[in-house]
Amino acid sequence: MNIHFTLIAQALTFAILIWFTVKFVWPPLLNAIENRQKEIADGLAAAREGKASLELAEKKTTEVLDGAKEKSSEIVSQAEKRASEIIEEAKQNAKTDADRIIANAKSEIDQEVNKAKEELRSQVASLAIEGAQKILEKEIDAKAHSAMLTKLSKEL
Amino acid sequence: MADSYSSPNEYIGHHLAFNELKIGDSPFWTLNLDSVVVSIILGVLTMGFIWWFARKATSDVPTKTQAFVELIFTFIDNQVKATFHGDRHSFVAPAAMTVFLWVFMMNAMDFLPIDIMATILGWFGIHEWRNVPTADVNTTFALALGVWFLMIFFGIKVKGLGGWVHELFCAPFGSNPFVWPANFIFNLIEYVSKPLSHSLRLFGNMYAGEVIFLLIAMLAGFSGVVGTAGSVLLGAGWAIFHILIVTLQAYVFMMLTVVYLSMAHEGH
Repeated sequence: MNIHFTLIAQALTFAILIWFTVKFVWPPLLNAIENRQKEIADGLAAAREGKASLELAEKKTTEVLDGAKEKSSEIVSQAEKRASEIIEEAKQNAKTDADRIIANAKSEIDQEVNKAKEELRSQVASLAIEGAQKILEKEIDAKAHSAMLTKLSKEL
Repeated sequence: MADSYSSPNEYIGHHLAFNELKIGDSPFWTLNLDSVVVSIILGVLTMGFIWWFARKATSDVPTKTQAFVELIFTFIDNQVKATFHGDRHSFVAPAAMTVFLWVFMMNAMDFLPIDIMATILGWFGIHEWRNVPTADVNTTFALALGVWFLMIFFGIKVKGLGGWVHELFCAPFGSNPFVWPANFIFNLIEYVSKPLSHSLRLFGNMYAGEVIFLLIAMLAGFSGVVGTAGSVLLGAGWAIFHILIVTLQAYVFMMLTVVYLSMAHEGH
């Protein structure tokens, strides 16, 4: 229970231990823990940021999708319109073509008819002349009556 | 072991004797080799262990041992943060860590079986050895006086010599010259009582703990089979209770250190 030199020795040990802790033990521990705290805080902030940007991207995606949908329906309606236009045009074209063909055919038929009539006429005329010649072989001179015959065939 | 002693008095007396080394003529020049050696070994081991892992401490995923060291670090840091308002990392917190760990380890020497060191060292011809440095009043006074000097040092450093002396005379009752003597006596008592209560609280607890361990061990040595059984039970119980005391006293000692140092930093 006596106080003696041991006290001074222990106090010196104490002082050295405190110095050692202050100098070598505390700073690296503090450093490591504070750095980790900072890293964790940074990580959390980054995660929050990522979440926010994800939300933004989702919003943008829906916007783009909506735009695309709108555009596609527009394109479809345009295409439909164009298709009906084309059909209409085609109908028109077909109609005019048909009309023209019909007209052509009609005129051709008319020509044919005229031509046939002409032929018939000339044939009838020559038949009539032939008949008349045969009947009136002796009496009628072809040359003397040809003017009258031509006039007759024209009247047929 | 107790069988080799002729009386309980001798047993206790022997176990409470320090291994004294005379280094001078006057009684002052005595060194309690056991206290000094055990405390230095424990200090080096404890702070060396912490230092070993502090040196390699990473901010990455810590190893389990680093996590353990950080647990101690955070515990002490939080205690200091609650009491001390200032730059605790430059001195007060590491000092608190030293005090806590070192005192804890020295207290924990109480858990060694009461005769084991005396027996082992007895083989080498060393007959007096006490394990618990904090059951030596020299150790606890050394710690308390160390803190006391730090208290005065920080008081003067923070407030200046004039401010410190001013506080000595003008606090706590005010700066009226009539109360200067009262203030001074008050502060004087405070400055004397702080290291006394600081050191004697720890010393008393550890010394009493040691004596009770001795008494329990003696029960085995001097009273046959029933006594041995009783001593085993009592010894186990006291040792378990002592875990609390060892930790609590180390904690109290650290907290008082922090409180005294923060009082020295703050003006009245």
